[in-house]
Amino acid sequence: MSAIVFSGAAQFATLAVLSAGGSVITAIVAATLIASRFLAIGVALGPSMRGSKVRRALEGQAVVDASLILARTGEGRYGVKRLLGSTLPQYVGWTLGTLGGVLAGESIPDPKDLGLDALFPAFFLVLVWSELGDRAARVTAAVATLIAFVLIPIAPPGIPVVAATLAVLAGRAVQR
Amino acid sequence: MKPEVWIAIGALTAICFVIKAVGPVALGGRDLPYWAERLIVLMPAALLAALVVVQTFADGKALALDARAAGLAAAAVALALRASVLVVLLVAALTAAGLRALGVG
Repeated sequence: MSAIVFSGAAQFATLAVLSAGGSVITAIVAATLIASRFLAIGVALGPSMRGSKVRRALEGQAVVDASLILARTGEGRYGVKRLLGSTLPQYVGWTLGTLGGVLAGESIPDPKDLGLDALFPAFFLVLVWSELGDRAARVTAAVATLIAFVLIPIAPPGIPVVAATLAVLAGRAVQR
Repeated sequence: MKPEVWIAIGALTAICFVIKAVGPVALGGRDLPYWAERLIVLMPAALLAALVVVQTFADGKALALDARAAGLAAAAVALALRASVLVVLLVAALTAAGLRALGVG
């Protein structure tokens, strides 16, 4: 699953639904909603890609959340080499880590006891922190934060992140 | 594993492929108008800020205030003190783990 789906959040959503006794359809819908943020991330990186449609579709598979920062070569521009170079180690780590978990899962303590679930938001905080240099980005991040908080209790998981991209309109309004 | 698990994995593989391909196929290979570029520049700030919120305060469909929030707050302090990325991440994990060891969150 890690090798071919390669979207951690979508994988966890599937397993959460299935292990709670939910149907396959429910699991697929939940995971699709979670993965829908890659539509938005693809919109950010897509314009930087060149070559045939097939080539762009394949390059798009290398996109992960952190690509938004790690693969960037300039304002709003992304490099395919940087994209592949930053994602490949993550792919190897993710797949091997999954394999390790399958083999040794019984003997590993609860990741929550190690605080590992606090790593993800902290990592994204590091990434967004580096973004807040100008006023437009700060307004965008603030509005996105607000949208996410409002939508978490009322929208299905996955939707808050996608909807938060509307914050770019607020950022645009104060740009320069 | 039960067959439905493999059905879900197969379907998700196809769905995730399409989702990740849409942006590059639709928008790549040409230059976008200026207004679109100005919006795309702001996309990382919006997406990453929302991811911070969701991964800290969402518990399924409910808002939750638990050890993750304390970890995030500690990470923010470390960032403000210009700590390195690894230190920031360590601080976040240790804070959350420490609180849980004390039975909080």
